[in-house]
Amino acid sequence: MNILYDERVDGPLPAVDKPALLAALREALPDLQILHRSEDLKPYECDGLSAYRSLPLLVALPERLEQVQALMRLCHQRGVPVVARGAGTGLSGGALPLSQGILLVMARFNRILEVNPQGRFARVQPGVRNLAISQAAAPHGLYYAPDPSSQIACSIGGNVAENAGGVHCLKYGLTVHNLLKVEILTVEGERLVLGSDALDSPGFDLLALFTGSEGMLGVVTEVTVKLLPRPQVTRVLLASFDSVEGAGGAVAEIIGAGIIPAGLEMMDNLAIRAAEDFIHAGYPLDAAAILLCELDGVEADVQDDCARVDAVLRKAGAREVRLACDEAERVRFWAGRKNAFPAVGRISPDYYCMDGTIPRRELPRVLKGISALSRQYGLRVANVFHAGDGNLHPLILFDANLPGELERAEAIGGQILELCVAVGGSITGEHGVGREKINQMCAQFNSDEITLFHAVKAAFDPRGLLNPGKNIPTLQRCAEFGALHVHHGQLPFPDLERF
Amino acid sequence: MDRDLGQDLLEQVNQALNRRTPLHIQGGNSKAMLGRPVTGQVIDTRGHRGIVGYDPTELVLTARAGTPLREVEATLYEAGQMLACEPPHLGPEATLGGMVAAGLSGPRRPWAGSVRDYVLGTRLITGHGKLLRFGGEVMKNVAGYDVARLMAGSFGCLGLLTEVSLKVLPRPRQCLGLRLEMSTQQALAALAEWGRQALPISAACHDGEALHLRLEGGEGSVRSARERLGGEAFDTGFWQDLREQRLAFFTAPATLWRLSLPMACGALELPGQQLIDWGGAQRWLKSDAPASIIRALAAEAGGHATAYAPGDDSSAPLGPLMLRYHQALKRQLDPQGVFNPGRLYAHL
Repeated sequence: MNILYDERVDGPLPAVDKPALLAALREALPDLQILHRSEDLKPYECDGLSAYRSLPLLVALPERLEQVQALMRLCHQRGVPVVARGAGTGLSGGALPLSQGILLVMARFNRILEVNPQGRFARVQPGVRNLAISQAAAPHGLYYAPDPSSQIACSIGGNVAENAGGVHCLKYGLTVHNLLKVEILTVEGERLVLGSDALDSPGFDLLALFTGSEGMLGVVTEVTVKLLPRPQVTRVLLASFDSVEGAGGAVAEIIGAGIIPAGLEMMDNLAIRAAEDFIHAGYPLDAAAILLCELDGVEADVQDDCARVDAVLRKAGAREVRLACDEAERVRFWAGRKNAFPAVGRISPDYYCMDGTIPRRELPRVLKGISALSRQYGLRVANVFHAGDGNLHPLILFDANLPGELERAEAIGGQILELCVAVGGSITGEHGVGREKINQMCAQFNSDEITLFHAVKAAFDPRGLLNPGKNIPTLQRCAEFGALHVHHGQLPFPDLERF
Repeated sequence: MDRDLGQDLLEQVNQALNRRTPLHIQGGNSKAMLGRPVTGQVIDTRGHRGIVGYDPTELVLTARAGTPLREVEATLYEAGQMLACEPPHLGPEATLGGMVAAGLSGPRRPWAGSVRDYVLGTRLITGHGKLLRFGGEVMKNVAGYDVARLMAGSFGCLGLLTEVSLKVLPRPRQCLGLRLEMSTQQALAALAEWGRQALPISAACHDGEALHLRLEGGEGSVRSARERLGGEAFDTGFWQDLREQRLAFFTAPATLWRLSLPMACGALELPGQQLIDWGGAQRWLKSDAPASIIRALAAEAGGHATAYAPGDDSSAPLGPLMLRYHQALKRQLDPQGVFNPGRLYAHL
C-alpha cells in the first residue's frame, strides 16, 4: 500500500483552488512570506523521513503569532488542510506535506522568551532548538533533560508534537514529563493554554493529550519546559557479552538491584563493528553485545552505584567491564553509540531506522525473530537498543538502487513492528506514527480503539483539517491492511466490509 | 479475592447506555470530598480486583481498577519498590482506579512527578459500550493519542477505568527527615537556591515555624546533604501524615483548600492557616473566606485553588473556551453523558 496520502483509503480531501488561496492569503497577510513556485517548495517536500516526498500546495513562513492566527482562521473558513512543521527532523513523516494543504513552518519562532532559575523553567517559542534551551540554562547550572539524537537541530515545538524521547528517558522521562505549559492555536485560530505555571491545572489533562498528538489537535505556539539541576558527576561503564541474552539479563539484574541508570544502551555485533570502524570508540569487535551504563547524580552515590553495577554485570556474565577513566573516554564510549546510525550508513548504501518498544524480558525472543526475518528477506539488520526502557531501534540495511530492496526493507520493517506488538510492545517508542507507521497502527489497535481516537480528534478538529492522514489510520485503510495481514489468527476488522 | 469482573462492569455500562441512566462510579469512596456529588446509579469497582502483572525488573505493575491501593503498595514494598508519586489514600478503602481517576500526588511530586506521569496504560469502558486498551506496559509508547494519561485526574467523566499499568521505581536506600527552624520567606528562598543544586531533597514542607525536608538517595548523598544543611533529624512518619492529611493542621474546623501555585511565587498572605508543601508549589489553606476571594488570590499568584469540600465550588472554574473543548471531548467520548455527569463541573 502506498504510504503517500491516498484519498481512496485515507478519505477525500477538500479541493483547494491554489491561485485563489494564494491571493486571499496575500490580501489578508501582505507581510507573510509564502512560497508557491515548485522550485521553492522542493526543499520542504519531506521531513527527516526522506524516503517519502510530496510537494506542499504552499509553504507559509510566519514570524508573528498574529500571522499564524490569521492564517489558521482563513484556512478554517476555506476548508484548507494545514500541516505544521518545526525543524523537519522527524523520522516518521509527521510533517510530510500534502499536495492539497498548506505547510505551516514554525521555524522562525526561535526566541527564548524567559529562563527562570528560581522557578526552574524556560519559556520558549516553538522553533527554538532542543539543545539551545540547555545552552541558555547552563549558566544557571540547569538543563532541559529530554535529548533526542537530533537535539542540535530539532525544535521544541516538534518535540511536543511527537513526545520526543532520547537516551535518558528511563530516569528523566519523555517530553510529556518535562513540560509545564504549552500554548496552542486551535484549528479555528483560538489561543488555548494547556497546563499552567503551577504543577497542575483544573479540568482534564489536555497537556498530556496534546503531547505527542502529531499536530492533529492544534498548532504549538509556545512551550514552557521544566529545567533540572545538572548532575554533579556522570560516569559510564562499558560491558561486553558473548550473547545478547546475557546482556539482556544483565539489564534486568541492574534494575532489580534498585539502580536506575541515567542511560542504559545495548548494541549488537553488527552495530558494534560499524560504530568501531567509524568512531574507534574502543568497543570489543568480537563481542555479541555491549552495554553502556551511565550513572549520574551526587558524587558519593555515583561511586557506590558504579561499584554495584560493576559487580552485577560481572555476575551476570560480562566478560569485560570497563569504567571510563576520564571525561575523554566517557565521551568516546558514547560517541560510538551516538554515531551508530551514520556508522551503519557507511557500511550500507541505505538504512531504514525502526522504533519499536517491547517489555525488556522479551528481548531475546524479539532479537531471534528479527534475525529470522533478516535471513528470510536477505537484508542485514543492526540492532541498537535503549535497553533501560525497552526501546529497540533495528537498522535495516539495504540498497535503494537495487530493484525491490526498498520494498523488502519496508516489508521487514513492518513485520518487526508487528512482532513488537505481538510480545506486548508498541510500534513506536519515540519517533511517532506519522505517515510511516500508519498501517501498523491497525496491528496495535482494534477498530473500536481507532474509532475512539477519531472521536478525540473530532472534539478538537471535527472537519479533519489539521495534518490529515497522519497518526490515526482510517478504518478503510485498516480493512485493506487487514486483508493483507492476519493478526492473532483473526482478521483484525471482522465487522468491516471488505473491498 | 482476586476477580475479573470486567465483563460484568461492561454489561452494567451497556445497560446504563441502553436506558440512558447516569452512573456514579465508585471505588473506595475515599475522594468524595472533591468535585460535585453525582446523582446516578452507583457502579462499584471494588469487586474487580487483583494485581494481574508485576515484574520488578520491568518496573511495571498492572492491576484491576478495584484493587486496594494498600495491597498494591504492600506488594511493591516487599520487592523494594514504590509508587514514586506517593498518591494519598485518604481512606482505608482507596482503590487503584480511584487513585488514577483523582490524580492526586503526595509530597514527592515536584521531584518525582505526578500520578499521570507514571500511567503507562489503561483498560477503559467507553461511552460506546466497549472495553478498550490504551497505552500498554512499556515505558515509551507514542502510538496514537495518549488516552491513558488523559484518564489521570478526569474523575471518571470520560469512561470507566478497569485496569491500570503503572511505572514503579525502586525505593531509595536512605531516607532522612530534617527540621530547620526558619521563616517562610527564608525557607522559600533557600528552596529556590537548593533547587538549582544536585541535592537529594524529595519533600519540603513549611508549617509556619520550621522547614521540614526529606532527603532520599544513597548513603553518601544523604549523609553529605545532612552535613551541609544542618538542622535536626526527625521522624519520617511526618511525611505519611502530611500525605494522608493527618497532621494537626488538617484537623482545624475550617474548609480545607489546596492551592497549586508556581514554585517560585514566594510567600503569600492568605485568609487563614496555611501549610506549605511541594517546596512551595502546593499550599494547604484552612479558611472560611469566600471561595471567590481564595480563587482570586490563587489566580493572581499564577495558580488555582481546589476546595476539599464537595459542591459547585470545589473545582477551579475553566475559562469559556477551555470549557467548550472539555464539553466537546466529553460529548465525543461519552455521548450519552452516563459517566459521572457533573462530577467535575455542572455541565460536563
